[in-house]
Amino acid sequence: MHVELRGIEKRFPGVVANHDVDLTIRPGAVHALIGENGAGKSTLMKILYGVQAPDGGTIVVDGEERRFASPTDAIDIGIGMVFQHFMLADNLTVLENVVLGAEKLHGIGEKARSQVREICEAYGFDLDPDALVATLGVAARQRVEILKVLYRGATLIILDEPTAVLVPQEVQALFANLRDLVASGRSVLFISHKLDEVLEIADDITVMRRGTTVGTADPRTATKQELAELMVGAELPSPELGEDTVTDVPILTLSGIGLTSDTGRRLLDDVDLTVHRGEIVGIAGVEGNGQTELVEVIMGMRRATSGAITLAEEDITRLSTRKVRERGVGFIPEDRHRHGVVLDFPLWENRILGHQTTRRVTRGPLLNPGGARADAERIIADYDVRTPSVHTSARALSGGNQQKFIVGREMSGEPVLLLASHPTRGVDVGAQAAIWDHIRRARHDGLGVLLISADLDELIGLSDRLEVILRGRITAHFDPDHVTAQELGTAMTGGAA
Amino acid sequence: MSGQQNGQVTRRVTQAITYSILPTIVAIVAALVATSVVVWATGAPIGGFVDTMLSVPSNRDTIIIVNQASMIALSAFAAAICFRMGLFNIGVEGQYIVGACAGAFFAGSGIVPGPLNILATLIVAMLAGIVWAMIAAVLNVTRGVSEVISAIMLNYVALTLAGYLVKTYGERSGYTFTTPKIPPSSQPLGFGLFADAPDVWALAILAVIVGIGYSFLLGWTRFGFDLRTTGESRTAALANGIDPRRMVLIVMAISGAIAGLVWMPSFFGSTHTFGIPEYFQRGLGFTGLAVALLGRNTSLGIGFGSLLFAFLATQSNRLQSVGVARDVVEITQGIVVLMVVIAFEIARRIKVRREQERVARELEPATTTGASA
Repeated sequence: MHVELRGIEKRFPGVVANHDVDLTIRPGAVHALIGENGAGKSTLMKILYGVQAPDGGTIVVDGEERRFASPTDAIDIGIGMVFQHFMLADNLTVLENVVLGAEKLHGIGEKARSQVREICEAYGFDLDPDALVATLGVAARQRVEILKVLYRGATLIILDEPTAVLVPQEVQALFANLRDLVASGRSVLFISHKLDEVLEIADDITVMRRGTTVGTADPRTATKQELAELMVGAELPSPELGEDTVTDVPILTLSGIGLTSDTGRRLLDDVDLTVHRGEIVGIAGVEGNGQTELVEVIMGMRRATSGAITLAEEDITRLSTRKVRERGVGFIPEDRHRHGVVLDFPLWENRILGHQTTRRVTRGPLLNPGGARADAERIIADYDVRTPSVHTSARALSGGNQQKFIVGREMSGEPVLLLASHPTRGVDVGAQAAIWDHIRRARHDGLGVLLISADLDELIGLSDRLEVILRGRITAHFDPDHVTAQELGTAMTGGAA
Repeated sequence: MSGQQNGQVTRRVTQAITYSILPTIVAIVAALVATSVVVWATGAPIGGFVDTMLSVPSNRDTIIIVNQASMIALSAFAAAICFRMGLFNIGVEGQYIVGACAGAFFAGSGIVPGPLNILATLIVAMLAGIVWAMIAAVLNVTRGVSEVISAIMLNYVALTLAGYLVKTYGERSGYTFTTPKIPPSSQPLGFGLFADAPDVWALAILAVIVGIGYSFLLGWTRFGFDLRTTGESRTAALANGIDPRRMVLIVMAISGAIAGLVWMPSFFGSTHTFGIPEYFQRGLGFTGLAVALLGRNTSLGIGFGSLLFAFLATQSNRLQSVGVARDVVEITQGIVVLMVVIAFEIARRIKVRREQERVARELEPATTTGASA
């Protein structure tokens, strides 16, 4: 199947999730779509699979323009999708799961069973049609999902980060299956941000960044570094620091911080880290290497299993989140919708969030709506938050304006430390520049800033010092004045420099 | 400045009418129409049904409606405070049975003399409700047991336990057992509204007090803010210094305390003793859940909803005389709740969309950069 996406655009209120997306999928090839989280890959997949309708652009399948009202339409012309989270009924057999919802094709009896056997043999799936899904492992379940879409006659199979749940041997087995699939003339759209795997399996590569396709690459000639650069990219305006304001007064010190999950995995391992007043320390790392946990431990949302955290000479290791915040830690969380705002609260109530014990917005056990409104007005003016009024709910604002409001709120009071986790993710370029300005100003005012980001330009441009985190450990230090994105990328993936 | 504030007030009023009052009226009308269809389908006189339901209640019935509404409202507040935090306290039923039983034993014992006995009894009833609610809350927080499952089981345990206690430690009264009667010195006077009807129960005032307290707690206190935040987003609560597990314990305790009060108006107003089934009114806990839903968890909404439910139930008593089964009113009640939930969800979506459009419109000249850049 030959699929062409041209100029796809998708807007959500206040956010442009996809714009000017161009993608061509050849028949008989594995096409990898790569990009950081939030680059717009999922939105694009949902458009291609008919879950969401695009606001602009065209989908052309085998030379014919198509519009999908629902996934049913997409399935009908042979597009199938395997989601990251499997959708199987545990208490049914493989065969029952496969025919569920597709009973019209081959019934539910012997004909269906032989059909399933046939597909399994053709692609070496090694699945017993009568096995209970509950008894199957993750890799086998994934094969059942693929079997499901093949049974429905898919000739383009979309796989959303299929390797995220697999161990290396299983990844190799999956790749063998995929090669068989494309050999039979089908196409595979493989979504991932693991560059090694992409280079191994893909025949074509398309890179997405900030909602648009920024380039294609040939896996035979492209290197990991080139792909990483394309993924994180350089986008105007560039973040740069002004004069040197770094002091030698430590504001935040982590010593030997360790965190073990309930299942015994080491999420953080002996992390030592110091942030001084007037200094921005950047944490670079591929997502999922302990950044989230590091932030949660500092904020008191999770207890470290070992080590100590000191904030301005006070031990805060065992303090609650509220106490940590009361001590002057501003917190820009990585997921603003889940952690940063309450979407259905008006802005003035969101001003109180996280600052419930601050005099300006509360009075003892009572709220101070007047004070909160006045201070929200101040933030709206000083931080250029575009909103009709403080009574507007946070939901109605664009991502950039929500984020500017959060930054303004977290700079209120007299913070001594700012914890900024992906502060410009998913915001437009204008808001990005403004947020960078505010972080620079915080540094100028003598705050210590811990900056966690997936945007290498942002990290290199803003930080005074860079630390690389890999599998929960700090593995390398860099001076941002003398490091390239390539060197950083190598350290982040654990390769040799 | 004042002009702007006037505009703000006008908009608030318009919003209240569009997004609260209108959907409610639509829901009630739809429910009556749907019930009329059922009545018509069963071959009963539809005119008789509509006339009876929409007739003005007698003075005596008005008093009954107010009395019943007070208990329904208390039960609804107990449910609503949990709803606001995303908890489903289906155990209000059990909590108020336990509260009623404990309160009745205490009041009847006459340990505390005179009017003070009333206050002391209310405290005992609230404590009993708290204890019962805490079983589900502690199981939820420490063991991850769904509060719905444990609470619904505890409802039956409460009923059986109360029956056992009354039979073992109560007095024989005819064919059943009851707790000792409240001493006359501890029986409060009611509010006389009509000369030809009994008084409104004195403790019906509890519903008003709890309603005001509920609005104040949620709207004006830090605790209420934490509670609403937890209800809207547990993750946001956690990231902003609110311990959701602590909130579960506290809110379930408050809910249990309110539940403990549910039957107190009737107890002090007319029953004066407790015994299942004659000297007790069961089912208020479930009615409260429906009314909390109907009232959108707001004080005014619950006040209105409990009066509506009490009105429907009381009016239905006279349906028999026109040849319509009185149970048909339960259909009306159910459909009202269903329709209100639907109507308000539609209203909410329209509101969200309109607000987003308004924001986009008002900011139009300012936001031409960004996306297109």
